[in-house]
Amino acid sequence: MAIEVRIPTILRTYTDGAKQVEGAGSTLAELIEDIDAKHSGLRDRLVADGGLRRFVNVYLNDEDVRFLGGLETPLKDGDTVTVLPAVAGGAA
Amino acid sequence: MLSIRRELHDKIVAHARADHPDEACGVIAGPAGSDRPGRFIPMMNAERSPTFYRFDSMEQFQVWKEMDDRDEEPVVIYHSHTATEAYPSRTDISYASEPNAHYVLVSTRAPDTTDFRSFRIVDDVVTEEPVELAGA
Repeated sequence: MAIEVRIPTILRTYTDGAKQVEGAGSTLAELIEDIDAKHSGLRDRLVADGGLRRFVNVYLNDEDVRFLGGLETPLKDGDTVTVLPAVAGGAA
Repeated sequence: MLSIRRELHDKIVAHARADHPDEACGVIAGPAGSDRPGRFIPMMNAERSPTFYRFDSMEQFQVWKEMDDRDEEPVVIYHSHTATEAYPSRTDISYASEPNAHYVLVSTRAPDTTDFRSFRIVDDVVTEEPVELAGA
């Protein structure tokens, strides 16, 4: 079962420069474990304290997983997961 | 150095002025690898705050997908500070996530003049760079 994962520029140091990698899992949490096994360090850039990091956006196909089920979002063969660091900042 | 057409510079300043006192934010896309800002894309500040900005996650997804389809990248990522100087704050540095982008900051704290400065932010290190306004 293959799920395509699109990796942003800043995290490509973990994937030898690859823009996308393949992974497997029936939930987002399982997928992240799977890709971390091949690309060690990715999990810690995506997950902290048992949830998705606040300033990392993860999308399942065309939807933000925060509105689906977070790490428990179910996945299926052929899905595409996109990771984008949130663009944020400010004077505060 | 950031080389940017005057028209794009003026659009950033106009956006920052229009959203003052909230922070304004957006992107200028350009062909991947060109380092040439070309397509002006003002973004919503999902926080609608005078001290913080964050791109709306769905708008960011659409814009990033569109750039990918057009073989573009975010050459410039801009935002405004509305009561402080045009220099990256600790917050700006900790969330900077596009190592190839020029981070443009404008300050609208003075009513008549707008500071416009550009920085690289890589691995938490800020480097200011000159801004060259190209004609037409």
